[in-house]
This record gives sequence, structure tokens and C-alpha cells, in this order.
Amino acid sequence: MEILDEITGKDYEFGFTTNIESDKIPAGLNEGVIRLISQKKNEPQWLLDWRLDAFKIWQTMQEPEWAHVQYTKPDFQAISYYAAPKSKPKINSLDDLDPEMRKTMDKLGISLDEQKRLNGIAVDFVMDSVSVATSFKEKLGELGIIFCSISEAIQNHGELVQKYLGTVVPKKDNFYAALNSAVFTDGSFCYIPKGVKCPMELSTYFRINEGGTGQFERTLVIADEESYVSYLEGCTAPQRDENQLHAAVVELIALERAEIKYSTVQNWYPGDKEGKGGVFNFVTKRGLCDGYKSKISWTQVETGSAVTWKYPSCVLKGDYSVGEFYSVAVTNHFQQADTGTKMIHIGRNSHSTIISKGISAGKSNNSYRGLVQINPSAQNARNFSQCDSLLMTDQCGAHTFPYIEVNNSTAQVEHEATTSKIGEDQIFYCLQRGLDEEQAISMIVNGYAKEVLNKLPMEFAVEAQKLLAISLEGSVG
Amino acid sequence: MMKIENLKASIDGKEILRGLNLEVKPGEVHAIMGPNGSGKSTLASVLAGREDYEVTDGTVTFNGQSLLDMDPEIRAREGLFLAFQYPVEIPGVSNMNFLKAAVGEMRKHRGQDPLTAKEFLALVKEKSALVELDGQLANRAVNEGFSGGEKKRNEVFQMAMLEPTLAILDETDSGLDIDALRIVAQGVNAMRSPERSFVVITHYQRLLDYIVPDVVHVLYKGQIVKTGPKELALELEEKGYDWIKETVA
Repeated sequence: MEILDEITGKDYEFGFTTNIESDKIPAGLNEGVIRLISQKKNEPQWLLDWRLDAFKIWQTMQEPEWAHVQYTKPDFQAISYYAAPKSKPKINSLDDLDPEMRKTMDKLGISLDEQKRLNGIAVDFVMDSVSVATSFKEKLGELGIIFCSISEAIQNHGELVQKYLGTVVPKKDNFYAALNSAVFTDGSFCYIPKGVKCPMELSTYFRINEGGTGQFERTLVIADEESYVSYLEGCTAPQRDENQLHAAVVELIALERAEIKYSTVQNWYPGDKEGKGGVFNFVTKRGLCDGYKSKISWTQVETGSAVTWKYPSCVLKGDYSVGEFYSVAVTNHFQQADTGTKMIHIGRNSHSTIISKGISAGKSNNSYRGLVQINPSAQNARNFSQCDSLLMTDQCGAHTFPYIEVNNSTAQVEHEATTSKIGEDQIFYCLQRGLDEEQAISMIVNGYAKEVLNKLPMEFAVEAQKLLAISLEGSVG
Repeated sequence: MMKIENLKASIDGKEILRGLNLEVKPGEVHAIMGPNGSGKSTLASVLAGREDYEVTDGTVTFNGQSLLDMDPEIRAREGLFLAFQYPVEIPGVSNMNFLKAAVGEMRKHRGQDPLTAKEFLALVKEKSALVELDGQLANRAVNEGFSGGEKKRNEVFQMAMLEPTLAILDETDSGLDIDALRIVAQGVNAMRSPERSFVVITHYQRLLDYIVPDVVHVLYKGQIVKTGPKELALELEEKGYDWIKETVA
């Protein structure tokens, strides 16, 4: 094709910054900073102790190097660990929102009022370090559903947070999880009581605004027995020449017969076409299927970040529990992604499904890394994995690293993998039917990723399709 | 409709078309026959605008415009349709969505309003009946898991939906059993009109029993070496291509 080197790519749409006065502490990390964060957030003693313990652990750990990515390691002393918009609005009166903040939300397509009210989506908005607004709280409250920032949960539902925090992702789990445990500033919290099916999509938008900061949010979702919740997170950041660090931890807990569906549309700033700037997305996400017939389903559409290191996983502890992972990861230009999942089978008759669709363009590198572990107790466990890679150019890379550990002879584990280059024949076929090249690529790629996109909540499937098309504009070679 | 003059084209430096001339008038059906490697499929690809081929000389006038100066999608929107010899599969993309996008582009190009969902469905129903394509096939992914016959019928179905002024059928009969052949031919015949022309590329006379051409050409070594009435096809069937090769030599 003629456009071989013509990697134009659309400019990042969310690269604006918002001029909001910010309360930002000086860069650097030490015990004092952690005490300061804890104090600013008026936290109970147990949490401060927990943070300090995590910090001690973190200091003994090394940044992992096994992932198939290359980057200059962040200088952890050069990052500011707390930035909060100064005029923090009170949550219940959205009309009091800082107009600049409001504009930010409008630009991001988040309206916290009518529009989403009609769509029936409750939104929590986290900017830099703090959650600034949560909608629909009262309506959810009537059902006993708690949906708020984790800071509020710590104040108002401390016993729940204390009971579950760090139970799925322990402080010492990995380098970034330890760091997050020490310095996390906000995030979302959600608790669905027994037998309640949450009637609307819950959604969190994460936004890094300040320069020189890191974002360390902590999300905790607890679905009590026989409850159901569908949760969506979206992420964007301004365009900056420097690399920004995002090291989040997400913990999901599904009790007996509960189901959590967790979807992510990740569009952090990926850096420019020369690979300068962009977000380092080093995230630990894990769900615990704690009870009989519990189910956790991860769906992710990853188009952003300069470097992604992320493995949303399921610990299938309950008998007959189900874990699912559906992923589309797109890399373009100089982006690098090392992403996949872990399915840890412990319960009898536990089932897991992994569908991973990688799309590599430009000079990017896209790796799938997945572990399927069948423990001795997991009688009759089943796993099905399918990992497909689509190459858009001949300068990009697609890699698959499957790890399979089976310690029970009754287990059935299937793994399928394919790699293909986007067909010039397919594109030409579309052109011959009158479609232009962009339409053709968008159609072919969306068709390829359809199995995963179909798993997203309706409202976001369309958004994700557009995002895929934008991320890959002019990318075939 | 279309006039090809002294067309020369090569792939990877190898010349395939060596000064080809052909004129197709509105409403005419031209058959192009010839032995393997004579350049039949190359001609189809060059006309449709495949970039693998380099046009080194010659002109092609299509409805008064220079065809070779147009991008492939513009050629399509201007009314040139190619029924592929090997239609590709596009997994995950439903035939319906694909056609809807294609029909939408055609209409936009012609300055027509987009069809409503209802109108579109009515059109699908009408046109799919032409090739006895059942409704289910229309809802499956483009060509995915289709049999050879289904793929070819789908090509003719798409042609009927897009209503081109010039349709090139590239060995549409290959791999078809006699029933499928009849259905495909029936679809094509239903579309014949004084404004629409066809170029039918084929190895065998068989298809021409069903789609009766006005003119038959023999393509050999990248040139049209013989042109005659429909009976020429019968003669070729009987005698093979050797006598042509000898005449040319």
C-alpha cells in the first residue's frame, strides 16, 4: 500500500489541561509525605499504619523487569504524590462545581446530570488525586448500594474498607502495588448488598491533570451474596512531554452467587508520534471469586498509555466460580503494551475464559502474557484461551507468552493462538465496494475485535469502536 | 462506456498486459477468454485499481473520465464493479453492515439521500431473491464460512445492491456446480439493461450458455488477438487455444 510510511494518526483528543488552582505537595517520597497525605485526608490510625507498613515493604522491593517493555524508570523522588483541586465541591450539589472543572467534564463527554441520568449511569469523577463528584448517590442509597470515593468510604464505612482492603492484592504483591498501598490518594468504592442487582452502570472517570504528579488510585468493589454490578472505568490525561506515572490497584470481591462485570476503556495519553511523553500505566487489577458460583468478568479496551503493564486477574476460589477476561489492546507509533490475565483455579468446577485480541500498528510492541494455573484442589476445572494478534505494519511486534500450570489431572485447558497481518486483499475488497481506506480499516478491525466489544455495556461499545478507529487512523503499511 | 487503448501493465517488473485495446458500449456484454496466464485477471485488477500492478502505458476512458487517475473507491462509486474470483472473508463484519456502508457511499457519491432502514431492508429482500440467497446468509459475516457457490452468489448479490454501470465478472463460474452457475447467470441476466455493460472473464464456454455475450475476445500474451461473435466461444471450446496461439505466432 502506498501509505506505508504515512503514519499520520489523529492527534490525541483529550490533551488539554484545566486551569484549576491546585493544592499540590512538593515532589518526593518519604515517611513524612505519607503522614502528610494521611493527615490531609483525615484518615484513621489503622490506615496510616497500613500505609507506613506498605512503604517499608516497597523500599525493600525492586522494580520488575520481566515484562516485554523498555522505558526509563521513573524517578520516584521527582513525583508529587498529592495534588487536589483546591476548590473541592461538595458532592451533593453538582451546581456548585468549579466552572473549569465542569468544562473539563464536558470536554471529556461526562455530564454528571441529565444526559447520564437518562442513560442511567452513575459516575464518579477522579481528577488527579481526589474524587470530585459522584452522581446518583441518593438513588443508589435507597437500595443500600454504596458508591462513593474511597476517601469517603474510609470516613463513613471504615469497617468495610478495613475488612477488604488489601485482601485481594496484598501490599507486598508487587512493586507498584506496594507503592500504591503507601501513597494512594483516592479512587472509587462500591458495595452492593446481599441480593441487590444494581440497576444502572456504575462508572468512574480518571483524569490526570497536574504536571509532575503521579496518579495512584485505589478501587474496591464488593459484591455481597447474590448481588450483581456492572462497573466501567474510563481514563484520559493531558498531553505532556514528560512521562506520567499511573499505578492503580483495583480489587474486586464477589461473594456467593454474586457477579461483577468490570469494563475499562483506557485512553491515557500514549505519547506523541516520536514516542515522547505519555503515561506509564502500571496497574494491578485482581478479582476474588470468593463464594460458590461467583463470577467476575473483566473487559478491557486498551488504546492509550506509552507503556502498559497490566494483568486483570481472577482468583477462582469458590466452587463453580467463573472468571472471564476479554481484551482488545491496540498499540500504535511507539506504544508498548504487556498485558493479559491470570486465572488461578482453586475451587472445584471453576471455569475461566480468556479472549485476547491484540492489534499492533506503527513501530509498537504488543504482548499478551497470561497464566492459567490449576491448583490440586480444582477438580474438573476448565479453561479456554484464545489469543489473536493482528499486525497492521511490518515494523510492529506481536508477542504471546502463555503460561499454563496444571496440577490436577481432571482439568481441561485449551489454548488457541493466531497471528495475522491485516489483509491488503480485505482492504482492497472494501475499496472496490466504494468504502474509503479509513472506513475499511475501521470495519475490519472492529470485526476482528467484535467478540470483545460485544461484552462492553452498550453505551460504551460505540465509544470504544470510535476509539479503535481513531487510534489506528492511517496506520496500515 | 469504457474504452481501453494500448494498455500496458506489469507486476514486479514483469509485463503482463502488452498494449491491450477494448471498447465496451452501453448495454453490451463482452466475454474475455484466453489460456492461463494470458492476463485476464490482471486486466480485471488493473481496471479496479489494485496497486500491486503498475500501469506503464495506455489510457482507459470510463464514462468520459480517465479511469486510471481515480482511486479504487472512486472507480467503484463511479459505477465500476468487480465480482472477485476469490472473494475475501472479513470476520466479524456482517454482510448487512458491509453493504449498508457500501450502498451509503454510492448514494452519497450520486447525491442521493441515504436509504432508511426500511428501504434498505426492502432492497436487500428484492436483490437477494435474484440469486436465491436466503436471508440468513445476508446476516452472516462477509463471506465467512461461505461455500464457493455462496461466495459467488454473494458477489452477484452485492452487484445487484450497488447497481453499477459496468460490471466485471472475474471467473465467476470457477468452482461452481451447474445449479449455482445457473443461479448466478440468472442474477446477472436480470440486471442486463441498455445502460449497463458487462465484461465476463472466463475460461470456459459453459458460462456463456447462460450469459450470452454480444462479443467474444481472446486474450493472449497480454493482447486481444481475436474478436468475434458469440460463436467464437464455441469454436474455442471445440478446438482449444492452440490454433489461436499458432495464428498469433
